[in-house]
Amino acid sequence: MTETMAGIAAGRPAGGPQPRGLLLRVLPTGMYAGRARMLVERSLLVNRRTWLAVVSGFCEPLFYLVAMGVGFGRLAGDLVGPGGQPISYVAFVAPALLAASAMNGAVYDATFNIFFKIKYNRIYEAVLSTPLGPIDVAIGEIAWALLRGGLYAVGFFAVMLGMGLVTSPWALLVVPAALFIAFGFAAIGMACTTFMRSWQDFDLVQLALMPMFLFSTTFFPLTVYPPAIQFGVQCFPLYHGIEVMRALSTGQVDGSILGHLAYFLVMAAVGLVVSANRLGQLLLR
Amino acid sequence: MGGNGQLVHARDLAKRFGEFEAVRGIDVEVRRGEAFGFLGPNGAGKSSTMRMIGCVSPRSGGELSVLGLDPDRDGPRIRARLGVVPQLDNLDVELTVRQNLHVYGRYFGMSRAQVREKAAELLDFAQLTDRAEDEVEPLSGGMKRRLTIARSLINDPELLLLDEPTTGLDPQARHLLWDRLFRLKQSGVTLILTTHYMEEAEQLCDRLVVMDNGRIAAEGSPAELIARYSTREVLELRFPPGEEEGVEATVADLGERVEVLPDRVLLYTTDGEAALEAAHQRGVRPMSSLVRRSTLEDVFLRLTGRTLVD
Amino acid sequence: MTEVAERTRGLGRVPGPVAAAFLVMEGYWTWYRRNWRSSAVSSVVQPVLFLLALGFGFGSQVQPGPATGGLSYVLYLTPALLVATAVQIAAFECTYPVLGSFKWQAQYVAIAATPITARQIVAGQLTWVAVRMTSSLLVFVAVAAVLGAVTGPAILISLVVAVLGGMAIGAPVTAYSATLETEGPFAGLFRFVILPMSLLAGTFFPVDLLPVWIRPLAWLTPLWHGTELARGAAFGGLNPWAALGHLGYLAALFALGAALAVRFFRRRLAK
Repeated sequence: MTETMAGIAAGRPAGGPQPRGLLLRVLPTGMYAGRARMLVERSLLVNRRTWLAVVSGFCEPLFYLVAMGVGFGRLAGDLVGPGGQPISYVAFVAPALLAASAMNGAVYDATFNIFFKIKYNRIYEAVLSTPLGPIDVAIGEIAWALLRGGLYAVGFFAVMLGMGLVTSPWALLVVPAALFIAFGFAAIGMACTTFMRSWQDFDLVQLALMPMFLFSTTFFPLTVYPPAIQFGVQCFPLYHGIEVMRALSTGQVDGSILGHLAYFLVMAAVGLVVSANRLGQLLLR
Repeated sequence: MGGNGQLVHARDLAKRFGEFEAVRGIDVEVRRGEAFGFLGPNGAGKSSTMRMIGCVSPRSGGELSVLGLDPDRDGPRIRARLGVVPQLDNLDVELTVRQNLHVYGRYFGMSRAQVREKAAELLDFAQLTDRAEDEVEPLSGGMKRRLTIARSLINDPELLLLDEPTTGLDPQARHLLWDRLFRLKQSGVTLILTTHYMEEAEQLCDRLVVMDNGRIAAEGSPAELIARYSTREVLELRFPPGEEEGVEATVADLGERVEVLPDRVLLYTTDGEAALEAAHQRGVRPMSSLVRRSTLEDVFLRLTGRTLVD
Repeated sequence: MTEVAERTRGLGRVPGPVAAAFLVMEGYWTWYRRNWRSSAVSSVVQPVLFLLALGFGFGSQVQPGPATGGLSYVLYLTPALLVATAVQIAAFECTYPVLGSFKWQAQYVAIAATPITARQIVAGQLTWVAVRMTSSLLVFVAVAAVLGAVTGPAILISLVVAVLGGMAIGAPVTAYSATLETEGPFAGLFRFVILPMSLLAGTFFPVDLLPVWIRPLAWLTPLWHGTELARGAAFGGLNPWAALGHLGYLAALFALGAALAVRFFRRRLAK
């Protein structure tokens, strides 16, 4: 205790060296301390204790997959997959559910959890009285949501492998693709959450996610829609995720995949910027 | 700009929330090593001022420098050297007691080894070592407050900001806390605290300002303030409701000043016992009477016409 | 022991049981009038979306055949979707709100301080859930009819069946919620019971398509019984004895759930 007290008297802080880095030079110094990973550490600690809830979270798409394979698959016949070859219904649906699981994993932590923290836990209040700024918080929380989405996707992918639904070495890129998708959803999810004021607003999240899940060619091909609606569906983020995953799982990869991935990059960028700004406004009043 | 040992320097500092002016241009100076207090009722602007000093709320006007730096530009650098104990606990209820300290320390960029060591020390300081692996929620209010204070010290701050540190605690917890804060001050940490408890201000603070409605009404050490704005003793007279009519006129000249409160009459004088005698002789029959020394509450009453606790 | 005479005529009365149940419901209705939008989403919009996406969308990939009883997939799906939706509504209304009425908003605790008894509170709660179900399902049936997903007016009998099926879930879940101290188990309930049941108990495809060893599990679920009954009502062709069996199962489950709920409510409110 005595050395630290002597340190106090000399006016030396006990913290570590100042962080360096490119981002630090670019972003406003009042808002960013370059320590976003500390928030990820915190989330890791919390989730280590509730690991069961985390693990069970990816069961949802899994149940859908089983139901698809067992039931839906027998009712429907083979479909026309990407690239024109027939594929079984299960092989058609599984990559879509994979994209959905990346989305699910990211969205919960980027919305529900964050809203709870902003409104009730006042945890960010505590975080912001340390050197961390709102940008650290935004990056840290989005990074965690992204990790979780990626985790779900990896688990789901393992099941797909086990069920023999993966037919191409391109599928190795599924994991980084899932991270992209999770990143986009996490960032936008958090941005939306910073605008919410009550639990009722969460129904809007449900209202956005549920139709997207049902209608973004998850369960049936785009051709089922009349051409006018097809265009609308192609604007959905999950549609792009599904296209990426289907292409990678079946090996039908062409240049359009980059376009799909770019969609998520833009989503992520917009979400990050909006989140950081809004958090600053909300918490540094 | 704060070169001569001034840790906080504010000139004409103001804070507005839309139309509402929470802080209306105050001047404050806090020197290294002292315990400085903001005394005032709820809504006086104390918390807003603390948040500005703590670099979590941008100022609306005036100058402010903390540790010689400008909060608007160097927020993170200043916060790295501060410790903050907020008015409402914001402990992480999803983590254990020890984990709260660890995670908070990591936010300061401390290494895991440093954090582990400091956390163990602070748990000891706060007498929470045997609750270290427990959840935060079931702890009593006093323990949560001690944990919050321990947490605020994880980075060995030079300046500790405490916003209403003992509100809601029972007397025993309160005295324990005062003891700890006093030791901290002795070890060289500068304290700034806000309170609406005059006892706390008198016990802990070397200097204080009296704040009301966003402005500073007076400044000085507790003893100075009492000497300047009050008499040495106070005679309190209590009457059944409605029967204090006319008492003021009767006793007015027995002391320097009379204050009539909803539940009692206060007579400010240098010798309370003598005044009581005289009042009895004039036929004043109170339900109960009390002679006491002046406190900061009396100072506040004098300056603003209201009590500290409404 | 004679009752001490009232000093003056106070305003408190002891209501009869039916009146009491309605009073409790009135409380819910007041809340609902201000919050109907959010429940409309989960109880009307959601099933309609499922109907569109799976009934029409997925249905476009399915040829009518023996599995769907010769009908197009959409027609096959609708009565079952009624039951599944009723179960969803029951699951939502009887978990978080019930626990919330004990713990966070504590309406039950407040009501218990009035002359209303635990039994009446349970009756009010269950009646309320049934009313919610019926009104939401009516809107759904109307929309489905407009979309051409309904075989005929017999669908209204399916609706009644659906409400019974939903209550057969709602009553036990209410009882369960009354025993909880935290809302953690609910996530597990939804994830590992409600969801798999909704997917695999015959709503979207016949249970015969499942592997033999899983079928008995499906037969145990109230959802399966309700689905069989609802389809039988809408399409005809259900053996009367089977129908009786399904009905009996649902009624028994409801009665058992309600009785347990009353017991648990009484115990918790007396603490």
